[in-house]
Amino acid sequence: MEMLKQLLGWVDDRFPLTATWKQHLSEYYAPKNFNFWYFFGSLALLVLVLQLVTGIFLTIHYKPDASLNAAGVPVAFASVEYIMRDVDWGWLIRYLHATGASMFFVVVYLHMFRGMIYGSYQKPRELIWIFGCFIYVALMAEAFMGYLLPWGQMSFWGAQVIVNLFSAIPFVGEEIGIWIRGDYVISDATLNRFFAFHVAAVPLVLLGLVVMHLVALHEVGSNNPDGIEIKKKKDPETHIPLDGIPFHPYYTVKDILGVAVFLIVFSVIMFFTPEMGGYFLEANNFVPADPFKTPTHIAPLWYFTAFYSILRAVPPMFDSQFPGVIAMGMAIVVLFLLPWLDKSPVKSIRYRGPMYKWALTLFIVSFFILSYLGTLSTTSGRTLVAQICSVIYFAFFILMPWYTRMDKTKPEPERVTA
Amino acid sequence: MSKNEVNRTRRNLILATSAFGGAGMAAAAWPFLASMSPSDKARGLGAPVEVDISALEPGAKVVVKWRGQPVWVVYRTKEMMDGLAKVKDKLIDPDSKSSKQPAYAKNALRANEKRPEILVLVGLCTHLGCSPSDKLKAVSDSETGADWQGGFYCPCHGSLFDLAGRVYKGSPAPINLPVPPYAFLSDKRILIGDESKGA
Amino acid sequence: MIKKIIFAVLLCLPAAAFASSEGPKLDEFKPNVEDKLSLQRGARVFVNYCMNCHSASYMRYSRLQDLGLTEKQIVDNLMVTGEKPVETMTAALRREDAEAWFGVAPPDLTVIARAKEQGPSWLYTYLRTFYRDPSRPTGWNNLVFSNVGMPHALWELQGERVAHYRTEKDHDGKEAHVFDKFETTRPGKMTAAEYDATVKDLVNYLVYMGEPAQTKRKITGIFVIFFLLGLTVLAYYLKKEFWKDIH
Repeated sequence: MEMLKQLLGWVDDRFPLTATWKQHLSEYYAPKNFNFWYFFGSLALLVLVLQLVTGIFLTIHYKPDASLNAAGVPVAFASVEYIMRDVDWGWLIRYLHATGASMFFVVVYLHMFRGMIYGSYQKPRELIWIFGCFIYVALMAEAFMGYLLPWGQMSFWGAQVIVNLFSAIPFVGEEIGIWIRGDYVISDATLNRFFAFHVAAVPLVLLGLVVMHLVALHEVGSNNPDGIEIKKKKDPETHIPLDGIPFHPYYTVKDILGVAVFLIVFSVIMFFTPEMGGYFLEANNFVPADPFKTPTHIAPLWYFTAFYSILRAVPPMFDSQFPGVIAMGMAIVVLFLLPWLDKSPVKSIRYRGPMYKWALTLFIVSFFILSYLGTLSTTSGRTLVAQICSVIYFAFFILMPWYTRMDKTKPEPERVTA
Repeated sequence: MSKNEVNRTRRNLILATSAFGGAGMAAAAWPFLASMSPSDKARGLGAPVEVDISALEPGAKVVVKWRGQPVWVVYRTKEMMDGLAKVKDKLIDPDSKSSKQPAYAKNALRANEKRPEILVLVGLCTHLGCSPSDKLKAVSDSETGADWQGGFYCPCHGSLFDLAGRVYKGSPAPINLPVPPYAFLSDKRILIGDESKGA
Repeated sequence: MIKKIIFAVLLCLPAAAFASSEGPKLDEFKPNVEDKLSLQRGARVFVNYCMNCHSASYMRYSRLQDLGLTEKQIVDNLMVTGEKPVETMTAALRREDAEAWFGVAPPDLTVIARAKEQGPSWLYTYLRTFYRDPSRPTGWNNLVFSNVGMPHALWELQGERVAHYRTEKDHDGKEAHVFDKFETTRPGKMTAAEYDATVKDLVNYLVYMGEPAQTKRKITGIFVIFFLLGLTVLAYYLKKEFWKDIH
């Protein structure tokens, strides 16, 4: 014991180990009134680690090679089946990674929703929100490029459609599309570069952003379901917020409970329905990529379908898909602006007025409908619904400065409520 | 409830959860570690191989692939086998005490009693894994040194082996060339990699 | 309020998903990959009939030990002389020849049961609804996969049939040809019931082959979930114990 203490002292003289522990865990004071919605931050971190570990072990066996093997199957596709069959426990690692990808978005969407209902993006937490939005964008890039790697039909044609969105950019689009693919079609060259970005470049960016997200959070302190600043009421002697409790041990033990419950949900899906009815693994992606045969129905995986619906809802103008692409891009860009669009004097939905509650409800419902429509093929009726929902989506943001200012808010409490 | 009791409950719960969680983490690590061992494909390709030796002439050698390694099968003549006794003093491990071979090949000729003239060796130098080249004939040259009785010479760092795969003193290789498990399926066929099936 | 609406939307999603399913009606088939004897029979049908043209190029013969067969039984009964158990199940027909003769090589069948939505039912229906159609180059057509490029590989077993159509008015009042019934023109070696059972065996095998680890997956899952339930209980009491401090 004495030895360990000496060793710790030796390290602390050279590296702020104890100081870091204190600053971020044992003396990081978080509001004591976190509820269910506050599990998803730590769960996102858990899934990130899970994806990194399973990803590393998959790269040990996966081959990013679109050429055909002796049996006439693309090597990349065959290597995934090799992992599923020949590698000991390979199926488990692959399913963890595939289920993890979808669960990552489930967790991140819930985490973002939490930020919205409790106004966690408002001053002074604008940068936390911005870093978070960048994490979301990086995650989308990561998921998109990772989805090409199994080199099935949906991998190929999904990438084909999305890369062609860039080709819709006027004048330079064609060149940009070719530059992204490294070829005139999605090909071996594309597969190799997507592999490089998926396993090295984007994960590094993602990790960096997560660190910045957390550093910014711990600088200003966590928000809470009441949306009031616990730092305003401190103990006069200790200067510890009266409503703050040390993250460790109180929230570490609470998060362990959250992790256990989350892993049960995760396991039920992964072990008993890894395809999740075609939402996590699509049937068509069990057919090797064939550049000459488009599947009858192409849809991105569920976490992109809301934006895909917005893209399809905008009719081509001047013979160009570009307006739709712009709309889809704006649907994501507008998230970044949220801290400055919200003019409400209160943060939490608990003290907001009816207008905001209605707006948010409509927004969430629209998002669900858009997501669902994006998985289906279009009909004129569906397109009309998608257009209405897209308008609601944007109206939620564009009109926010007005309805948040006009809304009748309730007074915030002095101290957090139970 | 006293303060002490609270602490005890707390400590027990921490211990139980840590032990339980730790066991879970260890169990979860297992599939990842196991995934790095040879796959079904590698294991299948590493299965025993059959060699037809009906065309192998006395004094000649064939090389077969087993688990991706070169395995030598040498049909030794009487002179070749007689030469083995003459070099005994020059060897590091003449009785193959610290070398790798199946029990039935731990003898003077390092071969299965059924056909002692047939020598089976993994043809990779025990120094750093180069494949030695043939010096089967008892002809001395600058590489083998004087009084050569036939054997193998490793081009990488000059290790010398006799016609039982035993290493000469002064070689960088520490032990004799390993004899893989093998069995005679018939007079003409050897199974390399599995000794349980022999006829 | 918000919660209620979200839940309502969530509840509607699956209903809407089922409503939107299209295509011909399938005879439902629930595969059972625990029935090893069925899998063995299915493997034999697969080897004898399907593998003349189709490969299962991710499936090693040695893996068939999952079905309760010994390596010797696999070598003697299911493999062509000279093949090694480590080799994958490759068609008798060479790919180059197939491309030259049919224009396209017959698809690999290793994961075919996963490559179709409702794969087992689709395959079960598909393999039982071939009929004679002189207008097709192969002389065969299929109810589920119209104008299929493949002839009926199991016709010796099922026999030959022709399809009869009747004219019906759909709800818009338009006349449409609707499948009425099959008529057997030449009986096969099996009765209809025997043939259905054989196709069930084959589809069972195809489902197994699509994911040989599925049995292990489910067993592992049960252990993992029980473990996690235990962890949840401990974590719950641990949390409760610590949070006594917080008022």
